[in-house]
Amino acid sequence: MSGSDHLHVVTSDEIGEGLKRLGRFLVWGTAGLLALVALAQTAQALGWRDFGFTTWRPTLYAYCLWATALCWSQVIIRGEQGKRTLFVLPAALFVISLTVFPLLFGLTIAFSSWNLSSPTGRSFNGLANLRQMWTDPFYWNALGNMVWYVLAIIVEYAIAFGLALLLNAQIRARKFFRVAFLLPLMLSPVAVSWMIGKSMLEARFGPISRLARWLGVENPAFFETPWMAKATIMVLDAWTFIPFMMIMLLAGLQAIPKELTEAAKVDGARGWKAFWEVTFPLMLPVSVTAILIRIIFKLKLADIVINITSGGPGGATDTVTSFIFREYRERSNVGYGTMLAMVYLVLIVIFMTVLMKWAGRYTRPRT
Amino acid sequence: MSNQIFRDHETDLAHCAKWWTGRIAIYGALILWAVICLFPIYWTLTTSFKMAPDVMKGNMIPWVDFTPQWKGWEAIGLSPDALGRESTARAEFLKRFGNSAIIALSASTLAVVLGSLAAYGLSRFSYRFGFMKNDDISFFFLSQLILPPVVLALPFLVLYKELALLDTRIGLILLYTLTVLPIVIWIMKDQFSTIPTELEEAAMVDGLGIWGAFFTIILPIALPGMVAAFILSLVLTWNEYFFAALLTSTHANTLPVMVASQTGSQGISWWSMAALSFAAILPLIIIGVALERFIIKGMAAGAVK
Repeated sequence: MSGSDHLHVVTSDEIGEGLKRLGRFLVWGTAGLLALVALAQTAQALGWRDFGFTTWRPTLYAYCLWATALCWSQVIIRGEQGKRTLFVLPAALFVISLTVFPLLFGLTIAFSSWNLSSPTGRSFNGLANLRQMWTDPFYWNALGNMVWYVLAIIVEYAIAFGLALLLNAQIRARKFFRVAFLLPLMLSPVAVSWMIGKSMLEARFGPISRLARWLGVENPAFFETPWMAKATIMVLDAWTFIPFMMIMLLAGLQAIPKELTEAAKVDGARGWKAFWEVTFPLMLPVSVTAILIRIIFKLKLADIVINITSGGPGGATDTVTSFIFREYRERSNVGYGTMLAMVYLVLIVIFMTVLMKWAGRYTRPRT
Repeated sequence: MSNQIFRDHETDLAHCAKWWTGRIAIYGALILWAVICLFPIYWTLTTSFKMAPDVMKGNMIPWVDFTPQWKGWEAIGLSPDALGRESTARAEFLKRFGNSAIIALSASTLAVVLGSLAAYGLSRFSYRFGFMKNDDISFFFLSQLILPPVVLALPFLVLYKELALLDTRIGLILLYTLTVLPIVIWIMKDQFSTIPTELEEAAMVDGLGIWGAFFTIILPIALPGMVAAFILSLVLTWNEYFFAALLTSTHANTLPVMVASQTGSQGISWWSMAALSFAAILPLIIIGVALERFIIKGMAAGAVK
């Protein structure tokens, strides 16, 4: 992404003073309006004066107006340069207003005791949430589970790689197999958790339980013991997400130049040797990308846990997300839940930064 | 005749046998995995036509093991004889289905529009917002992917409550757009970087502006990538459960929420659950089969540089 491949356009923009003034007026005028509305609403919220607002919507509308004026004024004030800014500005404004503000707002919630169902409302309680978290065994348990869930990706990766190799081999009906292998990814986790978790794994008559019994397992129960439940959740999640890694790896395999594999063949590399010494090293950058993205998705794992086990037995299958979800659903404790989520975010950011730094060595294609 | 003149050498025969075992192993593995992938779908579809005893006995093959009944589909008002009648269950289902469709389609459209513009800008011009240059801005967008939904969920819950956006479609559309935007930007950046800049330069020499060149020259070329990004977003937003479960209650419920809310109540009626689940996944199965090539293109975009 160096400057060389960028588009360079030189245009002579003669923007009159009047236009510039108009642009500035637009931005500052709408900003003033936004400030005014926000101030009035704050005043009402604090009980100083009643303006008859029922919701904070007017502030939202004023904000949208200001954002539009900001985009528009870019073109008016800066001409051609502004038109370029207009490509990125809407998306940037959108993301900033939908993540940065809620995150800042979330920080203030995180340091307060706030039960949505209680009438008292929010009250600042400093580090009490943090202290409560420190002694909450269920949160640490959920974090520990996440480690196991993430480690399961290694197995998923091996299977996905195998499938990608199979699809890349000389086979008939390749399209059929590709579509069939892709389908689990399309299914909604909630439907999957019902279809497989509740129905097919049903202890009495689910087809998988039948199969297990036929194979000689006495009483197949998939969600009774902690480790079995955890493993089942892992398998279910793997089932939906293996296609994702498989497709990325398949794309990587197909991008390997034919000459390279043929040259390796001529040099006498066969079977395992060819794989380990030619294909695998060439696939390293793709593999690392696929695994990183998979980890990101895995850290969000919640839907199937919420729907099948709701964390049980005894929190063995809990993920951080499902734990916070229940924390909110059962106790509507917004303050504590947000604190847990914030801590989780910090941990994820640290973990991913370290991981990406470390993985950066492998993602650069070797020449 | 019994004496063959030309015969395969011993080593060739061995090679042939090896080739055959290899073939069998490959196809065996392929078929095994295809069964693993397809059987749950098959199971759901058949269960939706079963009666209670069929489910308990674990019958699997229609017309052989059991006679298909429309019972499951009747429960959501979609069986042939229920279609003519008024049905509250069907109205409920169609409402959720409509919510899901509207939310998924609008969020994906919005994400593709915003994301494509941003990706085009980032791949063509150099920006400087304060200390942030192009790479920083790209990273800012992509880093949103790491953000777990649970971090945003509770602040949004409170914010939406204040803004009266709780349980509205708009609220969900905005959030879903946010969650798929990084993926769209990633795919589209990859797409635009394969299009040579000479194309726009030529167009601009011919008198088009930047936006004119983008709409008339670049957009048609980048269309396959946009379709890929759109479909991937559609899949993700259609299936999203977490935000929908937290932020909606009665009006803007999506299908996943409806499916999830059925499981606990009044003893499980397997057939109607199966029918509901199958109806929920059917649109995506169709999309997956019909547009498989775009999905693969989209997911492969980031993989290979």
